[in-house]
Amino acid sequence: MLVNQFLVLGAVLFSIGVYGVLARRNGVLVLMSIELILNAVNINLVALGALQGASGAVTGQVFALFVITIAAAEVGVGLAIVLLIYRNRASVDLDEVDLMKG
Amino acid sequence: MAAQNLVFAVLAVVAVLAALRVVTTRNVVHAALYLVAVLGSVGALYVLLAAEFLAAVQVLIYIGAIVVLFLFGIMLTRPTLGRESGLDNDQRWLAGITGLFLFGVLSYVLVEAFGDERLPRLEGLDREALTAERGTGAVGDAIFSTYLVPFEVVSVLLLAALVGAIVLARRE
Amino acid sequence: MLENAWVIPTLTFVSFWLILFFGKRLPGHGAEIGIGALGLAFVLSCVAVVQWVDRPATEVVPHGTSEEVHGEEEEEHGAAGGQRGEDRQVVATAVETGGHGEETPIRSAVERNVTWFTIGDVEVTAGTAVDGLTVVMLFTVTLISLLVHVFSTNYMHGDVRFTYFFAALSLFTTGMLLLVVSSSTLQALFGWELMGLCSFMLIGHWWEKAENSNAAMKAFLTTRTGDVGLLVGIVTLFFAAGQTFDIALINERALTGAIGHTALVVGAVGLFIGVIGKSAQFPLHTWLPDAMAGPTPVSALIHAATMVVAGVYLVARLYGVFWEAFDIGAGGVNPIAVVGGITVLIAAALAFVQDDIKKVLAYSTVSQLGYMVMALGVGAWTAGIFHLFTHAFFKGLLFLGAGSVSHAVHSFDMKADMGGLRKYMPTTFVTFLIGSVALAGLFPLAGFWSKDEILVGAAENGYPVFELVGIVGAFLTAAYMTRCVYLTFFGEYRGHAHPHESPRPITIPLMVLAVFSVGAGLLNAPGVEKFFEITENRVFLLAGVEHHSFEVFPAVVSTVVVLAAIAFAYLLFFERRLPRGLTRRNALARSGYTLLTNKYYLDHLYTGVIVGSVKGAIARAAYWFNQKVIDGVVNAVGIAARRSGDWTYRHIDQAVVDGAVNGAGFGAEGFGGILRTIQTGRVQQYAALLFGAATVLALGLIIFV
Repeated sequence: MLVNQFLVLGAVLFSIGVYGVLARRNGVLVLMSIELILNAVNINLVALGALQGASGAVTGQVFALFVITIAAAEVGVGLAIVLLIYRNRASVDLDEVDLMKG
Repeated sequence: MAAQNLVFAVLAVVAVLAALRVVTTRNVVHAALYLVAVLGSVGALYVLLAAEFLAAVQVLIYIGAIVVLFLFGIMLTRPTLGRESGLDNDQRWLAGITGLFLFGVLSYVLVEAFGDERLPRLEGLDREALTAERGTGAVGDAIFSTYLVPFEVVSVLLLAALVGAIVLARRE
Repeated sequence: MLENAWVIPTLTFVSFWLILFFGKRLPGHGAEIGIGALGLAFVLSCVAVVQWVDRPATEVVPHGTSEEVHGEEEEEHGAAGGQRGEDRQVVATAVETGGHGEETPIRSAVERNVTWFTIGDVEVTAGTAVDGLTVVMLFTVTLISLLVHVFSTNYMHGDVRFTYFFAALSLFTTGMLLLVVSSSTLQALFGWELMGLCSFMLIGHWWEKAENSNAAMKAFLTTRTGDVGLLVGIVTLFFAAGQTFDIALINERALTGAIGHTALVVGAVGLFIGVIGKSAQFPLHTWLPDAMAGPTPVSALIHAATMVVAGVYLVARLYGVFWEAFDIGAGGVNPIAVVGGITVLIAAALAFVQDDIKKVLAYSTVSQLGYMVMALGVGAWTAGIFHLFTHAFFKGLLFLGAGSVSHAVHSFDMKADMGGLRKYMPTTFVTFLIGSVALAGLFPLAGFWSKDEILVGAAENGYPVFELVGIVGAFLTAAYMTRCVYLTFFGEYRGHAHPHESPRPITIPLMVLAVFSVGAGLLNAPGVEKFFEITENRVFLLAGVEHHSFEVFPAVVSTVVVLAAIAFAYLLFFERRLPRGLTRRNALARSGYTLLTNKYYLDHLYTGVIVGSVKGAIARAAYWFNQKVIDGVVNAVGIAARRSGDWTYRHIDQAVVDGAVNGAGFGAEGFGGILRTIQTGRVQQYAALLFGAATVLALGLIIFV
């Protein structure tokens, strides 16, 4: 297998995730898109690790595990924020959350 | 070899199509289910890359916990289920262009950098030695020796996230 | 005890948890645990002091190694070389060993380290390093903390968060003790931050009032500003000194020239920014007076005797770094001395216009901390530490005295609610007076000796300007303390409560501290010099820091100045001989007064200008620029042009100029408008810009690099 099979697949998923983050209005959907991005990164980590032999493979997996952990934390906090927004505004439309407007 | 490539092709197609549906579907619950498909294929890809522990974690944590969390999030924030319009904002085209552009740059860089470099073949190697070298045991050893400090830091981060989530979502 | 110094902070740390978990159920609500632990810690500290004094001086340090490496510097301040020989004789006779010309045996520091964790090849150790400076700090901190605990049992009696208060005091003491005993900068940082946290908790102890929680926030954020510098300094030194956090090693490598000068300067400046924040030096001193919102025992413990001197301690501890980086031995100007000197004067001036007794003491503390920093900056290491030591006693005494007064009159306002209290509270009056005189520095009280050493040090090391600063500071100190004592204890009672002498848990700490305020200075009096002998350490000798003992001339000068200040203030307040209402009649005096009451407008600068400008978006600035400047200029030009051109070529003129005017106006407005559209406040749009920009940059990287 070419390593680029995995890397380019990662790039595709990453770009799709970026599109989702930028184009979606629903807070939950944005969080899902972020998961796509993180998965793309994980594929890259594992594939590049496998390229480096045994110790590299282990390192890649460990890093991917850390990323999964952080993803779990991110979803937890992210959903809490979305819930809070929903509770305050009865909507999860991110276009309405523009208090930082200059 | 061909079998592996075939499996890869199937998984990749499933992952990409499902991912596209995640970001384009007009039903939020469907998006979550498509996300399951993406995550499942990625997990299968890990198996293809001989990272079976990671695949198990992918299924347990991502599909088992995170997607369920998403479903809860959807239930709690949108009482009416079903198709709805207006899930996308008005900068869809800008976002599409950004995504395509990004993909172009990334794939160009990857092709330039790795060309047709191949992953090392594992077939025919001693199975037990392979397991000892890069199996679940090896990953566990690495976490609890080389990466002990980052591991502890991550556990503190999880704790902080737990506390943060509770504080944020708690009703006053 | 010297090897097991870790026991002392551990005691208070255990005490913190015990109070937290069991305090509420105990008859004393947790106070007894804190006092017990602190008492034990104090006894152990005393043991440590005794053991240190008994420790034979065996380590031979080649005197002035740095001079051998930096041969040029030796010649620069070679004039001081003759003096150095004499000093060494003093040391030699004091320890009754050696006296072999260039080599003087000193007591070696007791270090004990364990591996904390390993990252790659770098082994980070944790442990204790005990030397003279450490034992002195241990003694001071545990003593003051113990007395404050005793004081608080009565002062805080009936408080809603009594137990919590004692737990926080214990944790705070742990932080300071940890800092003092730690052998590595990283560990010291832990203690440092622990103190910052506890300071926040204690200043905001009565957080129900918004101003108290604001003061806590301000203290926390201001010190945090400095801590960024500290972190940069520690990391810089970590890499510059060959990946080590070990303080002794860093000092040694700094002094032997193993660390490049640039890295050393960066590290020292970073550390010093941390010191400025923590020790309330100009320009980050504004948090300390506000911190008086906390309970008075907290002010005494944290904001007089321990936490704020942590910065001074840090400079003294890493003195090798500062010495080399700022070339302190060479005389001339260096940032430490300048910052210290400025702080001495501005804070002393501010102390004059305060009506709140605690604020007077707070500014006085800032000013005295300036003295210590200045002393370290001019190379008078022993003098700075000695002043830290004596100041802890009399400033702790003054704060606790103020607490005793407020306990009686339920107020801190000297003008409105005090006066004539000497009749009602004799013990408090006498002890407060002793503290004031010690602070003012009259013979033979504690402040006299330490202040004189600073003055001598500044003069001898080639810093005459800072000697002058010290003398002026002494004048101001004596004058504002006279004012403070007058307003509080003399004249007619102006308050409404019924003042009474405070009960014993309050007066006993006052008396103990009064004894120390009288006697502590004698430790380093000429002929005794015990303090110098105890604190002398390796860095001290390696760098060739000189110790100048007592001299008669500056002592006489400062005494005369202090007496003059007291006389001046006496005439002003007691006899009312000097013109009153000066500030109303004289414009200069009035503007000075306004400047002082507004604290030099530093708070306005911080909150108004800096925070405000960060808050205001760029678009607003652009919009303002567009509205006020561009439009104004354009309109002015337009009007002038139109008037002059009105006589002939009216139509062409109008068309051209107006066109240009409008064009410019519209252009500017359009520009502002474009900037405004970017500021939609929608995060996703920002994210799109971010991703787009990052991709474009990546593309640029691919193409051009």
